[in-house]
Amino acid sequence: MLDYFPNILFLIALIVGIGFFTRNIRKVVRNIKLGREIGEVTDKKERWGNVVRIALGQSKMVVRPVSGIMHIIVYVGFVIINIEVLEIIIDGIFGTHRIFSFLGPVYDWLIASFEVLALLVLVAVVVFWIRRNVQRIKRFMNPEMKGWPKNDANYILYFEVVLMMLFLTMNATDHQLQILGAEHYSEAGMFPVSNFMLPLFSDMSVDTLVLVERIAWWLHILGILVFLNYLYFSKHLHILLAFPNVFFGKINPKGQFSNLESVTNEVKLMMDPNADPFAAPPEGAETPAKFGASDVMDLNRVQLLNAYTCTECGRCTSECPANQTGKKLSPRKIMMDTRDRLEEVGKNINKNGEFKEDGKQLLDDYISREELWACTTCNACVEACPVSIDPLSIIMDMRQYLVMEQSAAPTELNVAMTNIENNGAPWPYNQMDRLNWKNEA
Amino acid sequence: MSESIQVPTMAEYMAQGKQPEVLFWVGCAGSFDDRAKKITKAFVKLLHNAGVDFAVLGTEESCSGDPAKRAGNEFLFQMQAMMNIQVLNGYEIKKIVTACPHCFNTLKNEYPELGGNYDVVHHTQFLRDLLNEGRLKVEGGKFKGKRITFHDPCYLGRANNEYEAPRELLRKLEVELVEMKRCKSRGLCCGAGGAQMFKEPEKGDKDVNIERTEEALETKPDMIAAGCPFCNTMMTDGIKAKEKEEEISVMDVAEMIANAEDL
Repeated sequence: MLDYFPNILFLIALIVGIGFFTRNIRKVVRNIKLGREIGEVTDKKERWGNVVRIALGQSKMVVRPVSGIMHIIVYVGFVIINIEVLEIIIDGIFGTHRIFSFLGPVYDWLIASFEVLALLVLVAVVVFWIRRNVQRIKRFMNPEMKGWPKNDANYILYFEVVLMMLFLTMNATDHQLQILGAEHYSEAGMFPVSNFMLPLFSDMSVDTLVLVERIAWWLHILGILVFLNYLYFSKHLHILLAFPNVFFGKINPKGQFSNLESVTNEVKLMMDPNADPFAAPPEGAETPAKFGASDVMDLNRVQLLNAYTCTECGRCTSECPANQTGKKLSPRKIMMDTRDRLEEVGKNINKNGEFKEDGKQLLDDYISREELWACTTCNACVEACPVSIDPLSIIMDMRQYLVMEQSAAPTELNVAMTNIENNGAPWPYNQMDRLNWKNEA
Repeated sequence: MSESIQVPTMAEYMAQGKQPEVLFWVGCAGSFDDRAKKITKAFVKLLHNAGVDFAVLGTEESCSGDPAKRAGNEFLFQMQAMMNIQVLNGYEIKKIVTACPHCFNTLKNEYPELGGNYDVVHHTQFLRDLLNEGRLKVEGGKFKGKRITFHDPCYLGRANNEYEAPRELLRKLEVELVEMKRCKSRGLCCGAGGAQMFKEPEKGDKDVNIERTEEALETKPDMIAAGCPFCNTMMTDGIKAKEKEEEISVMDVAEMIANAEDL
């Protein structure tokens, strides 16, 4: 029985780790479903193409080559090194050691490539840390990045350093044990990077080496499980959500804003000469929907998925004309606020079983009107996002709420809109004068 | 220039039982704004010059609804759209050209769902096609060798992925085309979009049009080329604020082509 102790311990750790993770993901899904349903998803082929090109292929990351290429290193490292995790899980459950080593030379090359990637990831992560903490690149320093968002970003980097170091330590000690011909440690793998760590372990006895190797092995896999569970509390969820998010991303021309169907129905009724203006609504008719959005439940599910996907890179904000000229608007903050409010609503539901009015909403309590009115709808933020997030659509929905539910547009805009209504132009000119230009010299 | 130019209306065409090749959607700025009216007239001259059979809606045209929609007034937008669609469908319009990227985007992308299906092109695309068909001749003339930077309108570029049509025309003018640091898909807005044209900007360190004008000036241009009446106003204001209006003018691509030949 005692022989199986490590296997059982491993299995428990695995079940607990994955169990908690699943629970958190279900919360994310439940919260996203608080949003309005989206219609039928069309153009699936184009959407899958986007997933391959933008998410898997990272095509929009490399618009900024330095961060883009380094991100690809970390991303490829993450995906490929996970093949090793598969081996670790099998070894852990069955008490085997390097189960894939039967692959022979292929295995040697696999391990070698993991090691090279691990080193590259380490280098990239160090550069990322320098960019955030020494170079202090502007887009990481906006007001919304103070406190938790800043720490979160650094914690992720520290996590990755620790995981990579454990991986290399595990390999180095394993290698040393192989050299010493220790029991269980049959020769397998090629260690181009951890080779250089061998001198650190050359004086150690077999027992000590086995201890270090086991500790590194255990901490590595436990670290991965902890990291998996950290995702939910972090901006780092993007490593999973980027894929569905790109799939559901906007595929229409960026300038095409959706037309509100509830408005279409009313306008059609208004323009129908046969409509009876005094007719009572038909039996069982739904109450007219609220126009626009003042809280997260008014947004649609894709917009909420957007909010969870955002990894706060700030490319949107750094391209935003309003932000660049010192206005309060930051598209990244729009996404972070939406996520934070959605989380608040989610916690409220966890506590009360259903959402209990908390006297708060996304508008004003999170996103101010000044931010919303600073937007030029130029789509620079949408273009900049490497994972197809659309902050502009949230801004537009909230403007709709302000104008159509609250009549709270800035005065000058009310003047322009009255002009459009009365004269068919945003300026106070008579529609009958529209062709006067042809007679003017 | 003559006191009056021939600008047939759809009503006149209808009366004669004719259908034009294309409807020229003038837009509010093109109809009422003094600066933009010059662009309208230059474009009309080019249409005449290329022998294009066109008409306008004249007093039957109304705001496309773009500023209302971007301001959040979906009601007003859809009212405008549906009224316009009634008129356009009544005349059985198939093809529309406009010199305003905002009208272009709205008519092209947001009208179809409301029942308005037309082939909508921006005037730089239309001119480029005329050029390729050999109907319009564009030569350097007085702009040959001039250093010119083109400011991408958001609603032509990012919104609809058209970056090349205006540049092709400029190249035909044999200008020295220089790009700003932020151009094409990463071009910086002039600051007028999203109904900002009709309100004071929110509090900040700087106006967007000044930021953009400074960037344009970094390219040391002889002229700034634009493709949108609102960008034109914003950039012109920027140039004035920088007290450069004596040296540097802001011109629409259509005006440049018309002026190159002194039509």
